[in-house]
Amino acid sequence: MANPIEEVLGTAASIAKGMGVTLREMLSPTVTENYPDEPPKFEERFRGVHVLQRDENGMEKCVACFLCAAACPANCIYIEAAENTELVRISGGERYAKVYNIDYNRCIFCGYCVEACPTDAITHGHGFEVASYNTATLIKRKEDMLAPIPPGAHAPVIVPQQPAGH
Amino acid sequence: MPELPGVFTEETVTPSGGRRMTLNMGPQHPSTHGVLRLLLELDGETVVRAEPDIGYLHTGIEKEFEVKTYQQAVTLTDRIDYLAPLSNNLCYCLAAEKLLGLEIPPMAQWMRVMLTELTRLNSHLVWLGTHAIDIGAMSVFLYCFREREDILRIFEAFSGQRMMTSYFRIGGLALEPPRGWQARVKKFIDAFPANVDEYEDLLTNNRIWMGRTKGVGKISIEDMLDLGVTGPMIRAAGIPWDARKDEPYSSYDQFQFNVPTRLENDVYARYLVRVEEMRESAKIVKQALDGMPSGAWQADAPHVVLPQREKMKTQMEALIYHFKIVTEGFRVPAGEVYQVIESPRGELGYYMVSDGTSKPYRVHVHGPSFGNLQAVPEMVEGRLLADTIASIGSMDFVLGDTDR
Ligand code: SF4
Ligand code: SF4
Repeated sequence: MANPIEEVLGTAASIAKGMGVTLREMLSPTVTENYPDEPPKFEERFRGVHVLQRDENGMEKCVACFLCAAACPANCIYIEAAENTELVRISGGERYAKVYNIDYNRCIFCGYCVEACPTDAITHGHGFEVASYNTATLIKRKEDMLAPIPPGAHAPVIVPQQPAGH
Repeated sequence: MPELPGVFTEETVTPSGGRRMTLNMGPQHPSTHGVLRLLLELDGETVVRAEPDIGYLHTGIEKEFEVKTYQQAVTLTDRIDYLAPLSNNLCYCLAAEKLLGLEIPPMAQWMRVMLTELTRLNSHLVWLGTHAIDIGAMSVFLYCFREREDILRIFEAFSGQRMMTSYFRIGGLALEPPRGWQARVKKFIDAFPANVDEYEDLLTNNRIWMGRTKGVGKISIEDMLDLGVTGPMIRAAGIPWDARKDEPYSSYDQFQFNVPTRLENDVYARYLVRVEEMRESAKIVKQALDGMPSGAWQADAPHVVLPQREKMKTQMEALIYHFKIVTEGFRVPAGEVYQVIESPRGELGYYMVSDGTSKPYRVHVHGPSFGNLQAVPEMVEGRLLADTIASIGSMDFVLGDTDR
C-alpha cells in the first residue's frame, strides 16, 4: 500500500486534471446539430430517398431496362415496362416504366441501383425522413419519386391508354 | 433435479448456509450495448457460475451470402460487425479477389488501409466511450462520440453512408475518392492525437478508473489461446499477434507502426493497449495520407469491375459488359480460400467456397467477437459481480459479429 498522503494527493491531482478537461470543453464551441429545429447537414454523396430524374425536355430518363432491379441486393424495385407510342411519349427511349415502385421496407440505401442505371435515371436524393407507422405507405410509387418538370420544358403528352386489342 | 445445459437451478444452498441466486443479466434492447444474456449464479456478491447465452442477434447472414451475387454480398458484410463495416468489406473483398486472382492497384490498396484504420479508430472510440460509461465515467463517452462523428462524416463523404458503407468492392473501390478528401482526413488526423491525450487525462490516472479495472478480468494465456481469443485482448497479455504484421495484406507491409502490448493481462492493460493502438492507427493514416500513390482505384479487369461511366455511355463494348455484370454478376473460379485480417476486435476471417458460379457456395465468417466472448466464464467466475461489467466491457464484442 502506498503512503496515504501520496495517495490523497495523487487522487486530488487526477481529479483536478479531469476537471480541467471538462472546464476546457465547456468553453469550446458546440458541435451538436439542432435537428429537427435546424436542417441536418449531409455530404454530397449521401444516399437518401431516390429521385427519378427527367431530361431537359421533361421526359423521364428511365427507359425500363430493369438493370436497377437486377442489381438491387434487397429485391425491392418493381418495374412494369410499356412502349412509348406516338400519342403517349413518356421517356426519351423506346420504353418507359409504367410502374416503378421501390419498397422502402426493404431498401437498404446501398446505391447499387444508382450504379447500375445506364441512363442516370435513378439517383439518391438527400431525403431521409421516411419513417412511418404504416408499412403500406413505405412503398413509394414513381409519382412520389419523380423529379419536377424543369421550368420551360413541355410536359410530356399523357393520353389515357386505349384498352389492348383496340 | 437434473441440471439442464445452460439452465441453472433456481436456488441452491451454499456450504456456508447462504442461498445462491440466479441472475439474468440482459438481454436488453437491441440498441443498447448488445443483446447478450449472461446467466449468473451468485453467492452474495460473488459470481459462482457464468454462462453467456448468445444468439439473440442471429440474422442468417451467412446463409444469405449464398443467394446474392459476389458483388451484391458486399452489402451483407457491412451488417455483420456494424462498428467495423469497412474491415468486413475488406476481408470479404480480399477473399474473393484471391479466388479471382485480381491485382489491386496500389492507390486502392492504400486507400483501403487508410479507411480501415479510420474504422479502427471509430470502433475503439465507441468501445472506449461505452466502456467508460459502463464503469461510470460519463464525459469520456461524449468526447469519444464527437470524434467518431468526424470519422463517420468522412465515411459519408467517401461512400454516401455513415455506417453501411459498402465502399470496398471486389476489384477496388466503389467510387472515386471525393473531392477534397485529403484536407478532410488531414484536418481530422492532425487534431486526433490531442483528443487521445484528453481521454487519457480523464482516465489513465483516475483513481476510480484504476480501482475498477486494475487486476480485474484476468485469464490465463493458455485459456485464451484455447478459446480463440484474439486482438487487443491477447496483446494485453503480452502476445504480439497482429495479422497486419504477421500476415500482411493490402500492402500493410509498406507502413511503419508498432503493435502495442502489455503484460498485466487485466482490464486496465486492455484499455492501455487500445489507447496506444489508436495512436498507432493515427500514424498509419498519416503515412497513407502523405504517401498515397496516384493512379487507378479499380483493377483492370473488365469482366469483374463495372466500366467507368463515361466509357459505358460512349462505347458499345463497355455497355455490354455493364449489362452483363449487373444482370449476371461474374463467375468466380471454383476453389476455397481463407482470408484473415486484423479487425479492431481481433482476427477476422472469411472462409469462402466457390463452385464456379456467380454466387458463393458458402461463406463462413470467423468473427473475433465470438472467440473473445468465450472467455467470459473464465474471467468472471469467483469474482465480484461489479467486476463482471468491467470484464465484459473490456472484451469489446459486437453481438452482430458473434451471432451473424
Ligand atoms: S438503394 Fe440498394 S436496396 Fe435500395 S433500391 Fe437501390 S439497390 Fe435496392
Ligand atoms: S431506373 Fe435506370 S436502371 Fe432502372 S429501369 Fe430505369 S433506366 Fe433502367
